Formats: sequence, structure tokens, C-alpha cells
Amino acid sequence: MLRVLLLILSVVAIAHAELCKPDAQNAFKVRLSIKTALGDNAYAWDANEEYLFKAMVAFAMRRYSSKSTTQISNVLLCNVTDRVSFWFVVTDSSKNMTTVPGSEVEAAIRMNRNRINSAFLLSDKTLQFLKITSTLLPPVEPSTPVWLIVFGVVLCLIVAGIVFLVVAGIQQRKKKNKESTESENLEERGEVTVTVENGIPCETLDLKAGHINGVFAADDERFTSL
Amino acid sequence: AMEKSRPLWDNPLQFVFACISYAVGLGNVWRFPYLCQMYGGGGFLIPYFIMLIAEGMPLLYLELAVGQRMRQGSIGAWKIISPYLCGVGVASVVVSFFLSMYYNVINAWAFWYLFHSFQDPLPWATCPLNSNHTGYEEECEKTSSTQYFWYRQTLNISPSLEVSGSVQWEQALCLMLAWLVVYLCILRGTESTGKVVYVTASLPYCVLIIYLIRGLTLHGAVNGLVYMFTPKLEQLSNPKTWISAATQIFFSLGLGFGSLIAFASYNDPSNNCERHAIIVSLINSATSIFASIVTFSIYGFKATFNYESCINKVILLLMNAFDLEEGSLTADNLNEMKDYLMATHPQEYAQLLPQLKNCAVQGTGLAFIVYSEAIKNMEVPQLYSVLYFFMLLMLGIGSMLGNTAAILTPLTDSRVIAARFPKEVISGVVCFINCVIGLIFTMEAGNYWFDIFNDYAATLSLLLIVLVETIAVCYIYGLRR
Repeated sequence: MLRVLLLILSVVAIAHAELCKPDAQNAFKVRLSIKTALGDNAYAWDANEEYLFKAMVAFAMRRYSSKSTTQISNVLLCNVTDRVSFWFVVTDSSKNMTTVPGSEVEAAIRMNRNRINSAFLLSDKTLQFLKITSTLLPPVEPSTPVWLIVFGVVLCLIVAGIVFLVVAGIQQRKKKNKESTESENLEERGEVTVTVENGIPCETLDLKAGHINGVFAADDERFTSL
Repeated sequence: AMEKSRPLWDNPLQFVFACISYAVGLGNVWRFPYLCQMYGGGGFLIPYFIMLIAEGMPLLYLELAVGQRMRQGSIGAWKIISPYLCGVGVASVVVSFFLSMYYNVINAWAFWYLFHSFQDPLPWATCPLNSNHTGYEEECEKTSSTQYFWYRQTLNISPSLEVSGSVQWEQALCLMLAWLVVYLCILRGTESTGKVVYVTASLPYCVLIIYLIRGLTLHGAVNGLVYMFTPKLEQLSNPKTWISAATQIFFSLGLGFGSLIAFASYNDPSNNCERHAIIVSLINSATSIFASIVTFSIYGFKATFNYESCINKVILLLMNAFDLEEGSLTADNLNEMKDYLMATHPQEYAQLLPQLKNCAVQGTGLAFIVYSEAIKNMEVPQLYSVLYFFMLLMLGIGSMLGNTAAILTPLTDSRVIAARFPKEVISGVVCFINCVIGLIFTMEAGNYWFDIFNDYAATLSLLLIVLVETIAVCYIYGLRR
């Protein structure tokens, strides 16, 4: 009896070994980088963690195919290294000695990747299923590009500034023209004006409301007659 | 009768600030550090200062004196010295025109990067995803995310000069904005320019000081500084060192463009321009050295960061290939482990060999790529990014004000044009023409055109102009006067 049991067990073990080995059909390699992800809070990889992994894969298969036939014993792990990395296959309990096709396993893992990652406190990068590409999260993009908004604000400010300056310049020029015609009239009437010093135009003197500056007007011989 | 008065700077400080704002530009921030590192590190300062005293200060004094004395832009000033020399003035204006055409594109790029700095994460920090979201864009994978952002998302560069491609509307918008800003500053002549240069001259120094503090505290900054400042005195015997020092002083001060003549022409004739010439050239050189300290701490940080991430990549590769325990391979024992693995698993190691590149320090890059790459690895990158690109903008706009002054002053001086149109219209027309021509640089092949202009527009012509200027003032006008 015992011998038969041993024989069956060894056959099962050998069969399992044949199903699960590196580069076997429908087998996937998994690589974990626990220390990189968790640093000081890293846990050690032992048999309990392996049990959890088998449970998560079984869970993923159940959710994907929605038939509750996959058991934890269907998930086989082998070649565990120090890295930590190992290979796994999912056997089919209905058909003897066969593995579930790789495409199904891949789809199941992809669908539940998030749950599997969180069970181990890892991410897509630190819990890698080689050959199973993960769907990357696109970066959050707002509906209107931010740069256009900032551009619009700056553009409005600059255009407002330009318009303000141009309008102010036009107004100043109109005032200057009016004053220059006034000062021409004053000249014809013989009012005295001082010639331009650098940067001091004549108009400012006209603004003194036409007062005759006694210092200059007193000495009439200094001015040539018009 | 009244004589039309020439607009003046409100005070001599505005004039000094305008010259500094014009002279201190992008060349100080990244070209000088690059030359310093290429031609002997700390030893490069010797030919630099000799050239500064031998050619920089005298030529600067010459241009400022000519402008101040003749009180005209470059064409008018040379015409007064001798009617045959007005060609020199025209040449200066033409060169300034070429320069303003392509220089404002740099401001457009600075605006682009500035506007994109208000995002989290920075758009050049990560690669975009490919179409089915399984990985990153292929082009981006091959280079780095900052290079991808520069070449693809900013320039959208075409494979070659012949493939012109279409005008990039985003770049065109930024270029238009850059020209509007320049127009706003020069609109009222010295009245507006004088106020603006207070900001454009002083703000870059504030940002540089912030960056100095930040840069020196970065990990690996000291490596950069040591690398740059260790003098390699054997380079002094290389003639290229002296030529580079001479050309750097030359272009850094902006001699021969006519801008300095234009600025000085708005001066009070009693202004002491000799003292100002010395001050401006000394400040320019001091800024170069200051900026190179900042730049090289950033370079050192970037190089150290790249080196360390390269080492980490090699470690990861080896760990994955040989299923070694995490933490068994570190930067310190990497070399011994490599030898050990080569001995124990020769075949697999040989397969890996092409991917195990030797992590060497990379060379220089463009101001936009290098700094943006360094910034994305700092904390609070948005703040530093905004500061840096705002500083680039201030530097660029300061230089543009000088360039446009060089073009506009002769135009407003000439009675033919100035009598008919007010100066707002002339400035507007010049800005508009430049903007339209500048659209060439926003096309897909625009960067190639930019390189052509950058290398050839100003170099030889300026040397010729300044040579003629020197001969003219010394012999034709007479050194005594």
C-alpha cells in the first residue's frame, strides 16, 4: 500500500516536473524585485509566499474563465532562484497531464494584474511576468493643453500692453501737434521762446501760461528782429 | 525754430544696463563653459583675460565713443567720419538683420519650454506611450525622453534639409509671441527700452544665484566643477585656444553689430563712456565665469546621475541574466563580480557583452537638452524649469533689444523714412518682416536652417566690419580726436 502510494506520488512528481520546467510549453517566468520595491520593509520569499502566489494565479484563472474548477494545486511552481525568480504553469484538472494554453493564462493575468500586484505590495516593474506585456497607464492629460492656456494669458497681456502704448503715443502726438501750432502762433506774435536744450522741448515752456521771463525779455538788443 | 530732440536714456544707469543686457546672453551661459572645458579648464582664463584687455575693452570703448560722439546710428555715424565708410554701417545693419531673424527663434523655444513647465510631471520627464499602450514610443526608447521632447515634440525635425515639411503652428505661435514681446519693448524707443532693461539685465543674475545655491548642493556637482576648473596648461600652446578666446570675447560683447553704437547714440554727450566700457566688459566676463560655475555644477550632477543610472542598469542586467540575489551586486563590487561571472559562465556572459557598455561620461549637449534633463531629476522640477527658461527668455530678449536697436536707429535717423512714418510704425514693420521670414525656422527642417544661420551669418562678416571700423577710427578720423 505504502509502496503504491510512493509510486503514485513519484509519478505525479515526475509528471509535474515535466509540465513545469524552464521554457516548457505554456510556462511563464516570473521575476520579483522585493528589496528594490520595499527596501527595509522587504519580506523574505518563502513557501507561504509561494502559496499566496499560487492562490492569486488560481484566483485570476477563476475570474477570467468564470468556471470554478481551477484549484491551487493546479498551479505548479519550479526553479525558484535567489533572485527571486521562478517558472509556473497552470494544469488543467479536467484533462490529465495537460497545461492550460498560454494565451488563456496570459489574458487572465493581464485582467487581474492589479490585484496580483497589490497582494504582494509590488508594481508592474517589480513583479515581472516575462512575455506578458503590461498595459501602461498613460500620463494624465488635461482636456485643454496647459501650455495653450498660459500662452493665451501671456498673449493677452502683451497685446493689451502694445495697444495701450500705441494709443497713448497717438494721443501724445495729437497733443504735441496742437501745442506746436499754438507755439507757432505765439512766435508770430513776437513772444520769446528759448531755443531747445538737449531733451527740453519748447512745449514745456509754453505751459508756463505765456509768462514773459524777465531775464531774457529785458535785453532786447540780444534778439534779432524777426 | 525748434530742433527735434533726440530721445535720451533717463539716466546713465539705463545705458549701462542696456549694454549689459545686450552683452550678457546665451553665449555666457553655455558657450563659455563649453570652451572653458575644451581648452584647458582653469587655464583657459589666461588667454581669455589677455584677449579681454587686448581687444575687448578697446573695441568696446571705440564703438561706444563713436556712437556717443556722433549721436547717430551706425550708418549715420560712419557717414560722418567719412562718406565712403557708410558701407560699414550698412553692413552692420544687414548683419544685425540676419541675426534678429534667427535669434528670436531661440526666444520662441524658450517660451515653448516655459509654457510646458507648468505641468506635473514635466512633459520631457517620461516618454509617451505607443499606440497600443504596451510600451513606450519606439523613437523615444532609442534616445532619451528629453531628446525626444526636443527633436520630436518641439522641433518635429525632418530627416534632412531638403525635406522642408510644413510650418509647425505651435512654434509659429511662440515666434509670433516672441516678436510681440520685442515690439512691446522697443515700441517707444529708449523710453520703453530703458525701463525694460532694468528687468532683463538684473533678473538673470537673480536666477543664476538661485541656481548656484541649488546647483552646488546637488549630488555630483563637485565632480563637474573639478572637471572644469582643473587647469590643463598644455592647452595654452594650442593656437585654437587663443583663437577661441578671441572670438568668444568678440561675440560675447556683441561688437560690430552696430547695437552698441545705437545704444551709445542715445547718451548724453558728456557721459564718461570709457568708464562704462570697462565696467560693461568686466561685468560680462565676470558673468561668464559665474554662469560657468552654475552650468558645470549642473553638468556634474547630470553626468554623475547618468553614470550611476548606467551602473544600475548594468547591475540589473547581470542580476536578471544570472538570477543572482538582490543586493549581491553593488557599484563597489561590480568589477570583481563581472570577472567572476565571466569565469564561471563564459557563454552567457559573452552573449551579454554588447549590452554591458562601459559607463563613460558623455560630452556636451545643447542648452535645452542638458538643462532640461538635469531639471527633471531635481525636486520640485517645475519651479526650477520655470526659473531657468524665464532666465533664458530675459537673456534672449535683452540681446534682441540690442539687435533691433541696431536696425531701427539708422532707420529712424534717416530723414527720408522717419519724416513719413512715426517710429511705432517703423518698428512694427521691421518686427513683422522679421517674424514672417522667421517662419522658415518653424518648419520641420527649421533647425537645419538655424544651424546654417548660426554658423555663417555673423562670423566672418563681423571680423571684417570691426577691422574696417578700427582702421577708420584710428587713421581716417584720427586717434586724437
